[in-house]
This record gives sequence, C-alpha cells and structure tokens, in this order.
Amino acid sequence: MADIAFLLLIFFLVATTMDIDTGITRLLPPIPEKDQVDQVQINKRNILVVLINRTNQLMVRGEFGTRIDELKDITMEFFTNPGNNPDLPEKEIKEVNFPPGSSTLLPADGVWRGNVSKGVISLQNDRSTTYGTYLSVQNELVAAVNTLRNDFCKQYFDKEYDELNESNPIEKDIKDGIRKIYKMNISEAIPKDIGGRK
Amino acid sequence: MAKFSRTKGKGAPKINTSSLPDIIFMLLFFFMVSTTMRETEVFVKVKVPEVTEVKKLEQKSLVSYIYIGRPSRSLESVYGSEPMIQLNDKLVNVEGIPADEVQDFVLSEREAMAEDQKNKMVISLRIDSDIPMGKVDDVKQALRKAKALIINYSARKDYSNKGR
Repeated sequence: MADIAFLLLIFFLVATTMDIDTGITRLLPPIPEKDQVDQVQINKRNILVVLINRTNQLMVRGEFGTRIDELKDITMEFFTNPGNNPDLPEKEIKEVNFPPGSSTLLPADGVWRGNVSKGVISLQNDRSTTYGTYLSVQNELVAAVNTLRNDFCKQYFDKEYDELNESNPIEKDIKDGIRKIYKMNISEAIPKDIGGRK
Repeated sequence: MAKFSRTKGKGAPKINTSSLPDIIFMLLFFFMVSTTMRETEVFVKVKVPEVTEVKKLEQKSLVSYIYIGRPSRSLESVYGSEPMIQLNDKLVNVEGIPADEVQDFVLSEREAMAEDQKNKMVISLRIDSDIPMGKVDDVKQALRKAKALIINYSARKDYSNKGR
C-alpha cells in the first residue's frame, strides 16, 4: 500500500510546477482616435528623457553612459525636485482627498494639499536593445515611484504601501490618493509610431 | 537490577510504521490537489529577466500568455535560431508582421472569457531577456491595436541586491 502511494507521490512531486506568475504590470496607451490631435506641449524641464541604444547603453537627460543602478535616484530626484531646481520639473498645488480621520497628519476632513510634480518620463529604445536591459530600466523607474509612494504612505499612514488592501474601501481610497500624488508617468516612444501615455 | 540489564544489547526497538501509509497518502493528496499540469508546451527558450519590483499576477483566468524566444534546441533544425513568437500553444513565424496573428489571438482569447471580465484581460509577456526589442515592440503595437492594454512583463524576483 505504502509503496503504491510512494510511487504516486513521487510522480506528483516531479510533475508539480509551483511557479507563481510574477512580473511588472504596465498599461499600454490606447491608439488615439483619427480625428484626435494629440499634441500636448510639455515644458522641457518637465521631461526626463531616457534613451537606450543598440548596445544597451543609457543616455539620461543628455548625459551619456548613465548606469542602470543610478537611474532610480535620478528618477526620484526628478519627481521630488527637493531644491526647486529650475532644470527639474515644475510643481503644482493639488488637493487630494483621503478618508477623513485616516491620518493624524491630515486635517479632519482628510484633504491633503501639497505640491505634485508635473514630471513625465520619456523612455525610448532602439529596436536592437535587448529586452533584459529594457525591463531593468523599466524596473528602476517603477522602483523610484514605488519608493516615493511607500515613503509617503509610511509618513502619513504608518504602513507599507504594498500592505494596503484593495478590498478594504478605506485602504483603497488611500491607495488611490497616493497614486494621484505620485503618478506613474512613463511615456514610451515606439520607433516610427510615437504614442503618449497618460 | 536484572530487570534493567536484560534490555541492554538488544539493539534499538523497531519503529512502528503502521501509520506511514497515512502520512504518505496525506502528502500524496496534497500534491495531487496543488498540482497544476502545464497546459501548454513551450516551444521557445524563455529565461525571463530578474527584477526587484515584481508583483504577483492574481486571477489566472484573466491571463493569456505570449512567449517570445529562440526555438528550443530540438526545434532549431526546423525553425532556425531566430526569435519566434508563441501564442498559447501556437508558434508564429515572425518573418512578416505578426500583427494580424496577435490580434486574432487576442480576439479569440477574449471571446472565451466571461462577459464581465473582458475588459480586465491581462496579457502576460514571457520574453527571453536576450531578445531584441524590435520583436517586442511589434507585439506591443499589435496589442494596442487589439485593445489589449493591460500587459504584464513576466519576470522573476531578484533577491541578490535587495538592500539597495
């Protein structure tokens, strides 16, 4: 009896694949309608241009040879602009609603008022760039925004951003609010066909 | 004292194994239940990149897979070593523009989904890290045309530089 069970057990042990699907989820920009004129003028200081060439080298803000591990800090500085540098993006004052009483650092009505960056990242790659490099660049950009969101979340709500549960309406509102403050503004120019991301 | 000296030198007592089948069966059932048989055979070599910011994909029923990679060794003689696209279980030659095939694939996958979930469809792109982006961009354009806008770049969690 035990022998047969053993045999089956070993079969299932071998056949089992326990891989959980993981990855970076992104939203592709929709194809614009034909009659829609899609030319938004963006101030030059508000764009962080990231170029990847065919030999997987980076050029960020006109500087050639940036390493991938420097990109996260550059992106974070770009979005926060701590010293109000005129070369880094403008900010606009915005009001974002959080659930009332969710944080002691917010007024009683839960409205956050503060500066939101107008920055946009423009990512452009060559057709010969390898996918691995492209994805690690994407990863650094996503990591920068995630860190900013997480810092904000810790400061105001004393919680990790990732631990907020979307099925809980209050925490979902918090998450949506933080997303409005730190937007994942990455526009990808695709060779020949330039599409903006909103 | 004779009582004690008798047990000496007899060796270890036998372990009672009568409950062993129960334990084995329990393990067996666990693995039987948790096993998901691989539904599609992958014809291309895919080694997804390792990155730090991965998220888990919830709700497998919403996910369709597109693989991009070089053909596996046994198929190299048939297809050569140029990158190819695999849509679920169908290999597509990408000499031309794969746009139509990808769009048909998305439409048929969407057709098979429940009515209320059609706009939540996720395309998981399992792409080998050495593939040039040209192929990937073609697929992305095709997905935009097919209005499948939620995509997931499949990647494994990179634990090596966590402290960064």
